[in-house]
Amino acid sequence: MTTQTNTSQTGLKQWLTSDAPQSRWQAKCGRVWLGWLKFTENKLAMIGLSIVIGLILVTIFAPLLAPYDPLAADLTNRIQPPGAEHWFGTDQLGRDILSRVIFGAQYTLLIVGLVAITAAPVGLLVGTAAGFFGGWIDATLMRITDVFLAFPKLILALAFVAALGPGIENAILAIAITAWPPYARIARAETITVRKSDFIEAARLQGTSNMGLITGHIMPMCISSLVVRVTLDMAGMILIAAGLGFLGLGAQPPMPEWGAMVSDGRQFLLEQWWVATVPGIAILIVSLGFNLLGDGLRDVLDPRGGD
Amino acid sequence: MIEINKLNAWFDDNHVLKDVDIKVPKNGSFGLVGESGSGKSTVLRTITGLVDDWEGEILVNNKELGPTRDKTFYRLVQMVFQDPFGSLHPRHTIDRILTEPVNIHGLGNSDARVVQALEQVGLDNSFRFRYPHQLSGGQRQRVAIARALILEPKILLLDEPTSALDVSIQAEVLNLLSRFRRELGLTYIMVSHDLAVVAHMCDDIAIMNHGRIVERATASQLADGRLEHPYSQQLYKAAGGYDRAVVDSFVDWD
Amino acid sequence: MSNETLLSVKNLEVTFNTPKGDVHAVRGVSFNLGRERLGIVGESGSGKSQTGRAILGLTAANGKITADQMTFHDVDLANLTPKQWRKVRGARISMIMQDPKYSLNPVMTIGDQIIEAYREHHKVNAKEARHRAIDMLDAVKIRDPERVFNSYPHEVSGGMGQRVMIAMMLIPDPELIIADEPTSALDVTVQLQVMAILDDLVRDRGMALIFISHDLQLVSSFCDRVLVMYQGHVVEEIKASALHEAKHPYTKGLLNCLPKMDGDHSDLPILEREASWAEG
Repeated sequence: MTTQTNTSQTGLKQWLTSDAPQSRWQAKCGRVWLGWLKFTENKLAMIGLSIVIGLILVTIFAPLLAPYDPLAADLTNRIQPPGAEHWFGTDQLGRDILSRVIFGAQYTLLIVGLVAITAAPVGLLVGTAAGFFGGWIDATLMRITDVFLAFPKLILALAFVAALGPGIENAILAIAITAWPPYARIARAETITVRKSDFIEAARLQGTSNMGLITGHIMPMCISSLVVRVTLDMAGMILIAAGLGFLGLGAQPPMPEWGAMVSDGRQFLLEQWWVATVPGIAILIVSLGFNLLGDGLRDVLDPRGGD
Repeated sequence: MIEINKLNAWFDDNHVLKDVDIKVPKNGSFGLVGESGSGKSTVLRTITGLVDDWEGEILVNNKELGPTRDKTFYRLVQMVFQDPFGSLHPRHTIDRILTEPVNIHGLGNSDARVVQALEQVGLDNSFRFRYPHQLSGGQRQRVAIARALILEPKILLLDEPTSALDVSIQAEVLNLLSRFRRELGLTYIMVSHDLAVVAHMCDDIAIMNHGRIVERATASQLADGRLEHPYSQQLYKAAGGYDRAVVDSFVDWD
Repeated sequence: MSNETLLSVKNLEVTFNTPKGDVHAVRGVSFNLGRERLGIVGESGSGKSQTGRAILGLTAANGKITADQMTFHDVDLANLTPKQWRKVRGARISMIMQDPKYSLNPVMTIGDQIIEAYREHHKVNAKEARHRAIDMLDAVKIRDPERVFNSYPHEVSGGMGQRVMIAMMLIPDPELIIADEPTSALDVTVQLQVMAILDDLVRDRGMALIFISHDLQLVSSFCDRVLVMYQGHVVEEIKASALHEAKHPYTKGLLNCLPKMDGDHSDLPILEREASWAEG
């Protein structure tokens, strides 16, 4: 359910759609393939996916794609409007905005990637443990979660960054700390719905330990809704990261982070609109991409649909 | 093989089992009949440790059970659930469902065991790597039986194993279960709402109502309709199909 | 039982378009229905439920219905607009589904739902509707109709819920009731009690009933006539009282593979399916 590596050849297709797979691997691939087919039916989700893939490609090939050094100031060319030489113009230090946006992609990806791989597992673990054991474990874990949920995300992130000091690492950390509680809630809700189901009790009667039940039987039931939620949240994370950057608490100059770039361009917004608008559009497109992708994934991964 | 004395159980404040006594000899087959809420399934769930709040004496193989069950217990006693759609993990392949118990109990040779277990229940190897949703109800129930048998237990608890199946599939599964009792020397406790199924499968039968056993009968007594308690008589009549006059004689037992 | 024909179905076909290709759920089903009780029996996937749903135009969106004829009195059920359907569904033909839990609205009281069903088709004031609803609850032998009237669906038992469903479906006084496994989720005795209520009401009001079920014995003890379906075809039509004279091997096989209370523990006969049955 993680990556889709498919080429559509006819022999392969038969292998994938077989009703009687010959190996664990084939069964897994077949399942992924069916999900992929369903996903491709959703045009908007495909657009979202291409935006996200585009973001990844831009990140990887940034040095090849960017026409200029994103950090090289050229004071003779300050605040040039978009033109043949600088497609998106230049900023107040004469840096090429296109190159800065291209290099900025890697920070965006870094932020959402790191937050997703730290916050989601923490939320999953907390939520499944709370839902599975119930009682005082549930009460303790969920009250802690509630404390985090009680603050608006951005305010809490601001507080953390203020305490930890500005910088992109601390911004990521702050976003991760504020991101896990909703995942814990989702995982707990899913856990509670499956906890008493026959297949969990059947596994218990096979002698499966509590740890085995949580990781092997309950977590797979939570992962779909979590993946969807994380993908949908990525847009929000990008916005918070940009917000922190905008307030000067995230990425520090001269780092070409999109939020910080919008902040820089704010002073010239009326006369030289492109300085703030171009990174703003980049934020918009990527956020939209993650949202569309999340919506499409929801259709595919919906626990009812797949079974 | 199994002896239960004065078993009482509670769900919160509900007293769901009241002084239940059951004795099943080795290779015997005991049937519990009742309507929903009679506590018949709770008896099985208490034996397997899925009910926390109980009192009384449960002896399995002459050994009294404590409050928790360990791995050796699950090698001896296994259970088949009613709903073949709910008792198999929707995201696990049949292969994984069958391999897991083998690995948990460290039996080794899991490949051969899985193939053999599938063969035992009449499923060929092409089913091995499918997901439960790719199987019919009857095939799923066969997988559930294979999962219970793969640990080579001596006792099988059957919780309405065929009530979710079509009658033609029910016949196949019941025959399969009868064959395992004969060939593997298993001991059964079977729970059902269907008198005919229990009469066909079991030697001794107990009829339950509101947590209590109201009547005990042998299969031949049941065959002749020699039942004394009015509740059992009502159940017996109800099994005969729709008859307007008979329905009028029904009394509510709640 | 009069000979007047209420419903006439000729060569009904229901096909579903699925990602794995077309699925023929119902293939060429024909029958006439008078003011009688007709059972449709079959195993899962036999098309019995889809036959019932097609009559009411309730086939899922990816399904296609074709029929040479499907008329209810003089109404052509095959070509109704949604507006015309509303005049038929509920008012003249109603359906009772298997599980009352899913058929009743959980956030409305039972009384309000019955009143809504009644006022949908009858212009009466609130007081009159309430009166009718309570009478109806009384008619389905609910002992304390006032209390049930004010209860929410989750507050009543399964058997009670199904009685409420019957009350709701019968209150507009339809001419035909389609009951799709209306009692399968209930305990045996409750099941028979609910059937008795349905029996009395249908008889008193002279309604026709299509009773869809997987239970051949139960249906034949309840209905006048039984259609046995297998893979979308009607393989046999028999008078319910003559069930033991069934000719088709499928019907016979279904009867034989039932466990019997005769103390015999030997293996049950297995139904051997033949490909030719599915060709009709």
